[in-house]
Amino acid sequence: MDTFTFTQPTTVDQAVQAAAKSATAQQGAQIRFIAGGTTLVDLMKLNVERPREIVDINILPLDRVEPSPNGGLVVGALARNSDVAHHATVFRDYPVLSQALLSGASPQLRNMATTGGNLLQRTRCVYFRDTAHACNKREPGTGCSAIGGHNRMLAILGTSKDCIATNPSDQNVALTALEATIQIQGSKGKRSVPIHDFYLVPGSTPNRENLLEPGEIITSVTLPPPIAGANSIYLKLRDRAAYEFALASAAIVMKVSDGKIQHIRVALGGVGTKPWRSFEAEKALEGHSPDRATFVKAAEAALKDAKPASENAFKVELSRRCIVRALAMSTKSA
Amino acid sequence: MAKHPPDPEIEVPSAVDTESYPDSAAVAPSETPPNNRLSRRSFLSHLGAAGLAAAAPPVLASTSTPVAPPPVASEEGLTEGTIAINLRVNGQSHALQLDPRTTLLDCLRENLALSGTKKGCDHGQCGACTVHVNGRRVNSCLSFAVMHRNDEITTIEGIGQPDHLHPMQVAFIEHDGYQCGYCTSGQIMSAVAVLKENVGPTDADVKQAMYGNICRCGAYSNIVAAVQQVRHSS
Repeated sequence: MDTFTFTQPTTVDQAVQAAAKSATAQQGAQIRFIAGGTTLVDLMKLNVERPREIVDINILPLDRVEPSPNGGLVVGALARNSDVAHHATVFRDYPVLSQALLSGASPQLRNMATTGGNLLQRTRCVYFRDTAHACNKREPGTGCSAIGGHNRMLAILGTSKDCIATNPSDQNVALTALEATIQIQGSKGKRSVPIHDFYLVPGSTPNRENLLEPGEIITSVTLPPPIAGANSIYLKLRDRAAYEFALASAAIVMKVSDGKIQHIRVALGGVGTKPWRSFEAEKALEGHSPDRATFVKAAEAALKDAKPASENAFKVELSRRCIVRALAMSTKSA
Repeated sequence: MAKHPPDPEIEVPSAVDTESYPDSAAVAPSETPPNNRLSRRSFLSHLGAAGLAAAAPPVLASTSTPVAPPPVASEEGLTEGTIAINLRVNGQSHALQLDPRTTLLDCLRENLALSGTKKGCDHGQCGACTVHVNGRRVNSCLSFAVMHRNDEITTIEGIGQPDHLHPMQVAFIEHDGYQCGYCTSGQIMSAVAVLKENVGPTDADVKQAMYGNICRCGAYSNIVAAVQQVRHSS
């Protein structure tokens, strides 16, 4: 691990100022914020991340989970995953988020990992994590070892000829279905970005994963008011029942009224290069009756553009079944 | 985790108080047996450089002379590149000068000689390094020690000692909750945390709560039995 300088700002402004000198906030950033450390320290040990300066933001007052004026919820960027998962309001009004968080990592990691850090969780693609291999995300222009390599865990949606790395987060799939907004503060002021727009598909610049600019810090995630009468669930399919990343997952927020699907949000995990909102599935569901035939049609629509690699064609069918099952579960838990 | 302002004081570290922290593992026999038998640790250290040289590639073989002790921090100030912090571990405060790269795990083991906390994968995937920070279990390998000014750290040495074991340590012994013992201190640190967490009553609930700790010997059923015994009796 390369050495680094270590600072502990006491205000958000100081933190922004400290990090604004970095040339990028994306892969290869010279200055990194550290919160839980569960991603950054791991990647620094692998020499995948080599920041020269670390800005410890843990003492900033960003760990609250509190109601927002419009009836939604503000989740502070430093709120720990375990605290959010067990928060009474999240448990009651946003169960999909609670379930997603509890399906990820381990109890110890969830006690460390934060809401903001989880938003910036990095791919588990083995080539990204191994500096002996070419990886366009880690070293732009070097090529993609995963295409034609070990890609069983990797993405089938949103891929490019330069990168097929999966976004590994469970939290972010739930937040996508909940239409969360990311609150960001930077040297040019504050901005709010819907989670769907926050993440970038890899295209020809897989090293750029989101909209963050140097110095910008995520201060909170805001959830819109819960939809009265809606159910929400997270279904995660994986190689073992615990402590494993998703092969395919689905986050559903669904409201059925008068026998028709009135409100529906579908987000997929384990299959996309970013937390994958399926507008196609939503279109196939909204206004229709919540029956198996409709669900199958929606699942077909969601995976219509899937481009599997050499080892992960099974994910197309697995993701379809995951969607159908999750939709069925959403109607039953009413 | 830390919710305190940074400690503004620059303190010169004192020598590690090894008397108060005997180098003891979770429930393993003492590392320095009274009857002059060689412990595993002292055997390995006696094997030392010569043993290493025999097995190591040439680059290591050339360093077979005794390794110099680590430099002692200057009285006049900080060694370049280090940070002065106070770390509270098992109720005691330690003034340390640390390279910021030092993980909490390495700091406990190497700077404070608290080798009961084990390094397994060093990447947050096995749980062997589990300690409590402000009462919550975490992977000490994925955190830099300098992030923990004023936090209250508890390690297996602070949970119990051979002459006054924690009930969870007693239960692990009674139920044979280990074979090689390497994961055991992490298992016990998790298990003690589980006593305070919102975990359901069944064995399946305990397995869910404990899945952040891998046991490659496969002592899982005995570990679950040990945890359940303590939960039922408390």
